Amino acid sequence: MSAAPLLRVANLKCAFGRAEVLHGVHLEVHAGEIVSLIGANGAGKSTTLMSISRIHRQATGCIEFDGRSIAGMAPEQVVRLGLVQVPEGRRIFPRLTVRENLEMGAFTRTDRAGIAEDIDRMCGMFPILRERAGQLGGTLSGGEQQMLAIARALMSRPRLLMMDEPSMGIAPLLVAQIFRTVRDVLRAQGVTILLVEQNANAALRMSDRAYVLETGNVALSGTGAELLRDERVRAAYLGH
Amino acid sequence: MLRAAAAADQLAILALARADSLPAFASDGVLSSSEVFSQQLVTGLSNGMIIALIAIGYTMVYGIVELINFAHGDLCMLGAFFALTAVGAFALEGAGGAGGTAGLVALLLATAAFCGALNWSINRLAYRPLRSASKLSLLVSAIGASFVLVNLGLFWGGLPMEVFAGGTSAAAPKAFPALVEPKPAFTVGDVIVSRPDVLVLAVTVPLMLALTWLVRFTKLGKAMRAVAQNPTAASLMGIDVERVIGATFFIGGALGGFATVVYSIYNQTVGFQMGYRMGMDAFIAAVLGGIGNLPGAVLGGLVIGVVRAMSDGYVEARWTNAIVFGLLILILVFRPSGLLGAKLREKV
Ligand SMILES: Nc1ncnc2c1ncn2[C@@H]1O[C@H](COP(=O)(O)OP(=O)(O)OP(=O)(O)O)[C@@H](O)[C@H]1O
Ligand SMILES: [Mg+2]
Repeated sequence: MSAAPLLRVANLKCAFGRAEVLHGVHLEVHAGEIVSLIGANGAGKSTTLMSISRIHRQATGCIEFDGRSIAGMAPEQVVRLGLVQVPEGRRIFPRLTVRENLEMGAFTRTDRAGIAEDIDRMCGMFPILRERAGQLGGTLSGGEQQMLAIARALMSRPRLLMMDEPSMGIAPLLVAQIFRTVRDVLRAQGVTILLVEQNANAALRMSDRAYVLETGNVALSGTGAELLRDERVRAAYLGH
Repeated sequence: MLRAAAAADQLAILALARADSLPAFASDGVLSSSEVFSQQLVTGLSNGMIIALIAIGYTMVYGIVELINFAHGDLCMLGAFFALTAVGAFALEGAGGAGGTAGLVALLLATAAFCGALNWSINRLAYRPLRSASKLSLLVSAIGASFVLVNLGLFWGGLPMEVFAGGTSAAAPKAFPALVEPKPAFTVGDVIVSRPDVLVLAVTVPLMLALTWLVRFTKLGKAMRAVAQNPTAASLMGIDVERVIGATFFIGGALGGFATVVYSIYNQTVGFQMGYRMGMDAFIAAVLGGIGNLPGAVLGGLVIGVVRAMSDGYVEARWTNAIVFGLLILILVFRPSGLLGAKLREKV
């Protein structure tokens, strides 16, 4: 934990027009960690991820990945460095086949054999993707699309994967299954995770550390276990 | 220059009203009615394939940035002047045999490169800076780009002297040399398939097949479809969205370049106002087939080409535009998304 963080965000601000949504967010993710970011609707979680991915280019502040500033980079450069996002709402390419969706995930790569191997691996992790390989992405169910979105992001061989509400609209049983699969696979590959979740309980249980975002500021942070015990977190996010 | 643009506009409308008829081989000799029909069909299909190739440029650009690129027809017009200048500079006219064929291939490739590069530049200068602006601003910018190109065409093709006094001015339509002579290639019954007809097929069909392959199977093609469907997600995959858009403009422009050379050889006249006619036909074809849909653009082009030829042959050339637009309105009333436009619209 003493080494430099893999991702360091400091004083991150982001505005839409005159409305400032992030007022100076600080967070750090170390290599090998699972860190979650929780908060109410509209707190600015997705805006934070989109600012880190450089989709919101107007965002200001310090964003460092692996010791180098990515604040001036284009989104595709960030992906090439290994900082990849599974966006909120999945954003599957609806008129590309499942297989083509996976291929797009590997857009930054040129090793054909490795790509084919990874597609096979993804289909092993989520067998439904193999069954549906030739089907259009838009015809998958919500849960299947979420698995495709995660698999698609993994196709780029990320070093840090940011996931924005992967449990949204999915049955609790399936959520647990997806979480478990993802955690095990990523742990095995040494992929670091920054997880945004509404489902605070599940997120805190699987996280090493967590940040609580409240209207554009980090209100609390600590280990998953600490936050699970914290009175304010229990009252606001865990419902007891 | 402004006045020139206004004149161009009026001329274009005049040209449209006159509806210069297409060369009809049916008019000489005595043909049975079914042969007249077949002959008009050949002419219509040839023109339709040319229109289709131009329409693909509209539909690709629409698919990826949701812009009706009004400058597209005028881009083709400048391509025709480029080709005309090149024919003169390299004395391609009358060079028969293998040398002539090589010259024609070089002319096609050079004009395609010219139009592709020009379309790429137009996107870079006039559309890309407006990417986050409203679609209306983009449309207005396209109309502006169209005016600029028309004026460049006037400049290139000569300034108007007495444009309304009989068409003897420098800006009047110019003859484009018959690089492929309008002689029969072969006959089917009494129906003549001319050498220019063969040229049209030999150029358009392979290009359409190549484009289909590119869009369906190559990395660039898949990236183009991904950008069309969800640009943000495409960015998050590491796709350089602007680069893909630029490539789309280049490819669409290049196809227009191929089309304009074939069009000029087939119809043997070029003029600065031809972009209006070419652009309008191709635009209607794209909308008719379902804008954003590639096979739709080809189908729309063929429909427009054949309907034009039949109207010229059986009704009267001056009614042709009314009939084409009438057909467009009719189809849009009953199928608002065009012939092949699906409910879940496939862009690109
Ligand atoms: N493109 C935008 N334009 C204007 N306002 C925006 C935009 N995107 C987000 N906002 C505003 O920023 C605030 C934070 O939004 P954000 O999507 O980051 O919230 P969130 O924490 O992800 O919420 P949720 O849990 O509902 O996904 C909201 O008030 C939202 O209305
Ligand atoms: Mg969100």
